[in-house]
Amino acid sequence: MNYLTPASFAEAAACARDASGVTRFLAGGTDVLVQMRADIVTPDTLIDIKHIDGARDITRAADGSWIIGVAAPGAEMKEHPELSKDWPGLVEGMDLIGSTQVQGRATLVGNLCNASPAADSVPAMVAAGVEVSVTGPDGTRREKAENIPTAPGRTSLAAGELISAVHVPARGENGGDAYLRFIPRTEMDIAVVGCGVNLRLDGDVITEARVSLGAVAPTVLLVQDCADAIIGTTLDDAALEKLAAAASAACNPITDKRGTVKFRTHVAGVLAQRTAKIAYGRAKGASK
Amino acid sequence: MSKVHVTTKINGDSTEYLCDPRETLLDVLRDQLNLTGAKEGCGTGDCGACSVELDGRLVCSCLVLGVEAEGKEISTVEGIADGETLHPLQRKFIEHAALQCGVCTPGILVAAKSLLEKNPDPTETEVRYWLAGNLCRCTGYDKIIRAVMDAAAEMREAA
Repeated sequence: MNYLTPASFAEAAACARDASGVTRFLAGGTDVLVQMRADIVTPDTLIDIKHIDGARDITRAADGSWIIGVAAPGAEMKEHPELSKDWPGLVEGMDLIGSTQVQGRATLVGNLCNASPAADSVPAMVAAGVEVSVTGPDGTRREKAENIPTAPGRTSLAAGELISAVHVPARGENGGDAYLRFIPRTEMDIAVVGCGVNLRLDGDVITEARVSLGAVAPTVLLVQDCADAIIGTTLDDAALEKLAAAASAACNPITDKRGTVKFRTHVAGVLAQRTAKIAYGRAKGASK
Repeated sequence: MSKVHVTTKINGDSTEYLCDPRETLLDVLRDQLNLTGAKEGCGTGDCGACSVELDGRLVCSCLVLGVEAEGKEISTVEGIADGETLHPLQRKFIEHAALQCGVCTPGILVAAKSLLEKNPDPTETEVRYWLAGNLCRCTGYDKIIRAVMDAAAEMREAA
């Protein structure tokens, strides 16, 4: 196996283009090394992107938007006070993944590109309106987070392409986000259902909303019907009821050892309500 | 591909080794450097028995490649005691009988030390969550948690 440490994303893309056989990019390695160990993937070329300038940085631009480096681990997101204040739901979604040890290495981009429908940080990214830069042999393009996973374990990235940055929008005034998942224990488990909500208020009325669901379909879903159910409302009981119905209606889950179709469909509605209430409360309290 | 030359620092000492790029840091520590404190439990980042610090960050050494240690600083359980003097965590583990077979113990000591450096006064809940990635199949955890809480209290008094 060749182990390469390119100094730029363009060079990383070129390495991937020129490599023959199986190629993998390495950031935190919490999926790649497990797959190597289990002989699921045996890379001929492993491209370590942690040596690229800025790959581990978390920075806020002048307009309040954030750039999170592709190799910034969850632990550094959680320890970043301003990021946690702006986007608590995004930080919590990431923080729910694995143990303290896994948090020391695991990254948002790894979670996105692993393309598990149950990935905890992905519904939070989708709700937040996160976009990613995708660098390939022909340059760099921007893509919405929800357009990266296409099926369990599959992404829309072409051969030789890699994600080179995570762009989180400016929080702005009167906004709040949240992520909740259901698991049958308190820690170290995979979501049976996950839900991300990001919304903005004018007074008590919701003016913008994005609602996402995880683990209830082959990919994480952005559910417009859920957003429509609460936009223009004060998140009163009638709106919450419509939200739950829209969330359950959007589900296309499987039955497995973690939960049945019926259970997941029901829990999606319940979680959407609880998550929306937290996001609403944060939007009321967060006037930055 | 031929072996890669890696220069790193382990428990404060400059160290060099040659490793295959597929080799994990855990394998390098145990098989090449004879630092057998870190244990292989699962090999997939689930059990925490191989916990070490990489540039001050708690990680599973089974999920780090040996080549990734280039230019880094690694702390293992072998660096916790000061010569013959045990670290308070080590003493409290003995006092509380917080170990039986001992396979998980090095990882838990490294993880607990990392917690107490960040948070010298953790609640029991914080200790339990921090150590959720360190599995112990013997003790039922209670003695481990008590030992960590007691060590934290002693270290606060000494500070």
